[in-house]
Amino acid sequence: MKTLHFGRRSALAAGTALALPAVHSASAQAAPIKVGVLHSLTGTMAISETALRDTVLMMVEQQNAAGGILGRRLEAVVVDPASNWPLFAEKARELLAVAKVDVTFGCWTSVSRKSVLPVFEELNGLLFYPVQYEGEEQSRNVFYTGAAPNQQAIPAVEYLMSADGGGARRIALLGTDYVYPRTTNRILRGFLNSKGINDANIMEEYTPFGHSDWQGIVARVKAFAAQGVKTAIVSTINGDANVPFYRELGNQGIKAEDIPSVAFSVGEEELAGIDTRPLVGHLAAWNYFMSVRSPANTQFVSGWHRFIGNTRRVTNDPMEATLVGFKMWAQAVTAARTTAVDPVREAMYGQKVAAPCGYELEMHRNHHLSKPVMIGEVQADGQFNIVWRTQGPIVAENWSPFIPENANRRR
Amino acid sequence: MAQPSFETLLPRLGESFGATAEAAEAMGAMGDPRALPLLRALNDNRLGRTADGRLVIDGRDALTGEAAPSPAELLRINNRVRVALRGAMGRLAIVSPDAAERAAAAEAVFRTRSAENVPLLEAALAREALPDIRARLELALGASRLISNDPAGQRAGVAALAQAGTADARNLLLEVRASRTELAAEIDQAIAAIDGKLAFRRAAETLFQGLSLGSVLLLAALGLAITFGVMGVINMAHGEMVMLGAYTTFVVQEALRSTGMAAWSLPLSVPAAFVVTAAIGVALERGLIRHLYGRPLETLLLTFGIGMMIQQSVRLVFGAQNREVLSPAWMQGSLLLPGGIAVTQNRLWIIFFALAVLVAVMAAIRFTRFGLQMRAVVQNRRIAATMGIRTGRVDAATFAVGSGIAGIAGVALSQIDNVSPNLGTGYIIDSFMVVVFGGVGSLLGTLVGAMTLGLTNKLLEPYAGAVLAKVAVLVGIMIFIQRRPKGLFALKGRAAE
Repeated sequence: MKTLHFGRRSALAAGTALALPAVHSASAQAAPIKVGVLHSLTGTMAISETALRDTVLMMVEQQNAAGGILGRRLEAVVVDPASNWPLFAEKARELLAVAKVDVTFGCWTSVSRKSVLPVFEELNGLLFYPVQYEGEEQSRNVFYTGAAPNQQAIPAVEYLMSADGGGARRIALLGTDYVYPRTTNRILRGFLNSKGINDANIMEEYTPFGHSDWQGIVARVKAFAAQGVKTAIVSTINGDANVPFYRELGNQGIKAEDIPSVAFSVGEEELAGIDTRPLVGHLAAWNYFMSVRSPANTQFVSGWHRFIGNTRRVTNDPMEATLVGFKMWAQAVTAARTTAVDPVREAMYGQKVAAPCGYELEMHRNHHLSKPVMIGEVQADGQFNIVWRTQGPIVAENWSPFIPENANRRR
Repeated sequence: MAQPSFETLLPRLGESFGATAEAAEAMGAMGDPRALPLLRALNDNRLGRTADGRLVIDGRDALTGEAAPSPAELLRINNRVRVALRGAMGRLAIVSPDAAERAAAAEAVFRTRSAENVPLLEAALAREALPDIRARLELALGASRLISNDPAGQRAGVAALAQAGTADARNLLLEVRASRTELAAEIDQAIAAIDGKLAFRRAAETLFQGLSLGSVLLLAALGLAITFGVMGVINMAHGEMVMLGAYTTFVVQEALRSTGMAAWSLPLSVPAAFVVTAAIGVALERGLIRHLYGRPLETLLLTFGIGMMIQQSVRLVFGAQNREVLSPAWMQGSLLLPGGIAVTQNRLWIIFFALAVLVAVMAAIRFTRFGLQMRAVVQNRRIAATMGIRTGRVDAATFAVGSGIAGIAGVALSQIDNVSPNLGTGYIIDSFMVVVFGGVGSLLGTLVGAMTLGLTNKLLEPYAGAVLAKVAVLVGIMIFIQRRPKGLFALKGRAAE
């Protein structure tokens, strides 16, 4: 087993989690339950995924403080797949075959999830995937605690088309060039066509990971918006390419009042490295914002600040999804009285957790959660002001009706 | 419907987004001067309401100005409210004594596009003396007239918009075209006239974007043109030197944050980044690289490893999160050149900065004693040594200069890219590409190479998209290098050996 630690504080946290089982106390005589953590701690995705590793470590610590599960302690096994998609599969195999973990929390990009999927199915592992994604997938070995397109992308575009959102009838789809943006935009194109917005009113552009020179694209969006129809931007730009993108929007004088943009991969964590004043009014769609007011969220945020030792650190949607997945798994293990994958999977269906987003979320047999959708506006302090939300949680449609070849797989 | 009074509108602020927007619009239409500070505070997220319904700005009652004891909850707004606020504030501020406020107000009224603004604008235009603001007011008046029901006014509106010739004007003309069939011919003519202006403007802007990308490539590649181009060290840690320069900028900014020097942090970062990266460069060259001269493969592996170590060290010290380097005000926003060409300030500064660095480096090599020694060592190490030049020291100094310039490039890149441990990895390939394409060992080649690549990339981008444009440029370079392995400006004669 190889365990990597980065950052003094988290190394300490992981260290305690690993060191404690060696001490034979009365409550920890049984072998520990092993929790795998498969998030990139180096490379381009480290900016987003490091916080998820810390969230899992926090949950393990909290669960151990509450006496573990089934009288057994939890032990985190952290590996670093280094934003390298094939390495994700190798590290997944290492976790399942060598470390023999009982459950794994991991992955951010869809390409990394696609990479580990065959490994988890072959070795019958259990993966909790905490990020919004493009759907068109359902594995018995994966529980998806992020949003499917109908729980994020489609409501967000509906909002842009509504009176409150500005009544956009012309949409620029900008994304990073990989499977999630391309599939999501395909679904959105189908949706927009069904709403009477034809292809002439849709612009679609892709850029590589880490793209920093947005001047040409932003200028083209401006020209696209000058056709006498209210225009909006839908961004599936991922990772830190968002920072220069928003900076360019600000510098070229695009205001949210004129051309609003809604982003699906920009959260509090991504805004942490950026001057948000020019971005006030631009939108993001998620299922959770740090600014949600609920008792569960207060507890989540204060627990996070205590664990990380810095009250300026933010929480975000994928962190909340990690927390919800972890709690559900702990409940399912308790109900099944074992950590074996097959009984735990059965016990997962119908599990409910009072989530920080302010609602009770339920795991359905399609391995997806019901989730509320929220639209937030960027504020000058880097937080989101929630301007719209659904009445309650909505059920995931992981097989989109707008992808014809898979639509018949829905139930 | 009875005209609502200012007082009856107050409780509606903050009720719901729709009610707030309507109340703001009504206040703007009334022209009550008390509304302006209120609406401004609402727009800036400073307007609050106490539990007993009083409006409060920054702890003071919004209307009476006396200190408000009870805590207030800030009123929230969304884009719809912002649009209403912009229009209302524009109407109220158009009589402002401050010229900048009047200009902004004229712009806001133009965007509001309401026929009711015609008399207001006519009155404002009659009073206005400044030509710049008069032009804005005329544009706003044209837009408002176009929407009005007065046919003569509509015609004048079309003419005013055609005169302005901006993308916004074109947008508005297209918007109303369907509902003004009797004016369709005039509108089409106006749009055609605007399109002509816009085509020229777009071409100029594409040119600027190409020069800007070229100058970024030039900055990133200049240091490498010295360490690799002149000294022949395949320096894979070059990108990390750029990254260290960017982090130096961050450190300088944090150190000066609460002092009176904060505004100078960016200019001061330039020498700081040079010193830091040059010192690291000297340490690397003296400690490691000099033992591997003449062994390019080992040097490549060594510098690659050093690069990874530097990257990981930065990650340990500063964390995996990106660091925020602020842009000074003079590097934000756009500059409007004659002819309506808009260029972004930060990119404009970087073009000048890149050229300045290039000139400085060329002058240093050409006119200083160190430059002479450096050229001598590069041309013939042994003879230079017999002439009394301490070649080891010159090597160290050359490597230090190359690294230091990479650090300076990092200062500039911190303004347009993310300051993250991965910053350098994105530029190392491009830098090698520029140096090899331009001709190894030629600084002029590096300039021409960088600008050629930047312009080609930006000219292709609108047709091929960002991904394919980059691929096309790479393919082009591969073919070019096969034909001319020594690049654009090949060194000739003995110096080439």
